[in-house]
Amino acid sequence: MLSIKNLTVNVNDKQILKGINLEIKPGEIHAIMGPNGSGKSTLSHILSGKAGYTVTGGSVTYQGKDLLEMAPEIRAREGVFLAFQYPVEIPGVSNIYLLKAALNSIRKHHSQPEVDAMDFLTLVKDKVRLLEMDEKFLYRAVNEGFSGGEKKRNEILQMAILEPKLCILDETDSGLDIDALKIVSEGVNSLRAADRSFVMVTHYQRLLDYIKPDFVHVLAHGQIVKSGGAELALELEEKGYSWVEDSKAAI
Amino acid sequence: MTTAIASRYTAEYPTIAPTLPGQNLVWLTALRQEALSKFSALGFPSLREEEWRYTNVSAIEKKLFAPSVIGKVQETVSKELLSKYQLADAWSVVLIDGHFCAELSALEGLPETVTIMSMADALAQQPDNLERYINQAVNNDEHSFVAFNTAWFTDGLFVHVPTKLILEKPVQVLHLSTQNDALATTRTVIVAEDMADIKVIETFVGMDAAYLSATVTEVFVGCNADVTLYKMQCESDKAYHFGGIYVKQAKDARFTHHNFAFGGLLARSDIHTDLDTASECELNGLYLGINRQHIDNHTRINHLKPHGISRELYKGVLDDRARGVFQGRVIVAEDAQKTDSQMNNRNLLLSNDAEADTKPQLEIYADDVKCAHGVTVGQLDEKSIFYLQSRCIDEETARNMLTFAFANEMVDKIKIKSLHDQALEQVLIRFPQEGVNKEWL
Repeated sequence: MLSIKNLTVNVNDKQILKGINLEIKPGEIHAIMGPNGSGKSTLSHILSGKAGYTVTGGSVTYQGKDLLEMAPEIRAREGVFLAFQYPVEIPGVSNIYLLKAALNSIRKHHSQPEVDAMDFLTLVKDKVRLLEMDEKFLYRAVNEGFSGGEKKRNEILQMAILEPKLCILDETDSGLDIDALKIVSEGVNSLRAADRSFVMVTHYQRLLDYIKPDFVHVLAHGQIVKSGGAELALELEEKGYSWVEDSKAAI
Repeated sequence: MTTAIASRYTAEYPTIAPTLPGQNLVWLTALRQEALSKFSALGFPSLREEEWRYTNVSAIEKKLFAPSVIGKVQETVSKELLSKYQLADAWSVVLIDGHFCAELSALEGLPETVTIMSMADALAQQPDNLERYINQAVNNDEHSFVAFNTAWFTDGLFVHVPTKLILEKPVQVLHLSTQNDALATTRTVIVAEDMADIKVIETFVGMDAAYLSATVTEVFVGCNADVTLYKMQCESDKAYHFGGIYVKQAKDARFTHHNFAFGGLLARSDIHTDLDTASECELNGLYLGINRQHIDNHTRINHLKPHGISRELYKGVLDDRARGVFQGRVIVAEDAQKTDSQMNNRNLLLSNDAEADTKPQLEIYADDVKCAHGVTVGQLDEKSIFYLQSRCIDEETARNMLTFAFANEMVDKIKIKSLHDQALEQVLIRFPQEGVNKEWL
């Protein structure tokens, strides 16, 4: 699904990622954990194609193609989805308009006809129910005036409708109360599939109580310093990030 | 002592005066004379005046627009413009080249207690009533467009809604200009008595001609009454437009204004409102400038008494060599404690040659108030573009969508469906639509 090899990335001539290696197979859930400033967000941004980063070395291959060569919208149409830490508010465009525009962009990319209006509405309403959202949300402007929890739920709603292959969740748990966290997690869990992979970028272990990862990687100072199974997250929670940061220093 | 005559228009006045309504009214004649002498001394506003420093109206003086004569106008009316702009779900009044046109107006079913009549008729039938309102929300000293309108107005409209009456349908006042070099000067008075509720739409359209429309609307909102006023300015792209709206709000009165400035070569709007205790006003504006359009919006919110609330949002999208001006003043009088006021002006520039001049002014004389203002002039937000790209939308489409969205935020505030669709159409024809799918909106 995704193969990151020795990836190095600069921001304003400062090296942020210092040689990342990561293999993600279809159906797997990987959690990327790490303290502030470790490069977690840079990694999710670079995968989704945000401007402002310079790749100085290494490669990212997605489904056999060079991901770094693709414009952000091409990545998205090819099935890469970034759930934002801070979803943008867009007054003047309704949620349902954006969903329709996005879905039809994907269909056009794959030489499919526009989605039928009735089918689309049925699909969207199904997913809205799944995420325990009010249908009125569809007709409100994108994220405008939404609470933190509503914004994150909206990201998952978009994900559920666009059916991506690689979902990157950037600090999805930040700003969520426990009820919202449950709903969002259930939404994500319902999207787990044999051909769909997840990368969860998170600071805290909390989210992993609800979405169980297959692998946990700890990022520190721009490198993956430790990898393991789900139990690694618990160990981290107990011992703190200094544990892995120190162990790296000891090597 | 001799007074220098500053305007060629003054020389024309003696021939025009006998055709104006309300000839027999002493108070009106005095008012018009006062206005004439003020206008004669000053001429149209000049760039030297602080509130006109961004807007040069000297072309109006060079052109010498003249009032049209009643009766001559009907056959030239464009049916197409009427059918495009006259709203089916409203009581509608049509003013052509500054004169009320009964045949084209539609007032069937209007509640008997509500008055909607031409200004000429109102001056003839209930002059005492009009004396209580004309030049009471604004006076001839405001600036010389107001004085000009007072001296020159040929007709207009009088709307009166009695106490507690809620008018179910909106009232549309359709100003239609049909002739080159014509002058349309109308005065409209809107009165909502205590606890009344009315929505009025002022639509300005014109045939492909250079004309001047110079209108003044005075609005009186009674205690706990609610007035919503929409202005759809879709003048011809050769036209000059001045439209002043002056409002007096009584205690607990609510006034909402939606100002859509789409047309005109040179267009200026004044919206001034005086707030009494606990009254609320909301001023929304959208101005779209293309080619060489110059669009000026001037607002003044005058908090005179405590506990008033005002909200103001003006947005401009300027392309080509267009210029947009926003001057917003909020005045909080010493007595107006606990005033809560927010003013915002946001401008989107789509070309290097477009210009936005923005000047928010807060004048606060009370010490316990909550006032904020903000101004932005800039391009589209890169974060929003990336967000849309990450949702499969290409960059160009994203830019078009965001430009549209920027304007559409104001269109979406329109609660009258047919008017909403008209405004939407105006936005869509002015900016690139590639990627903005009308059917999905």
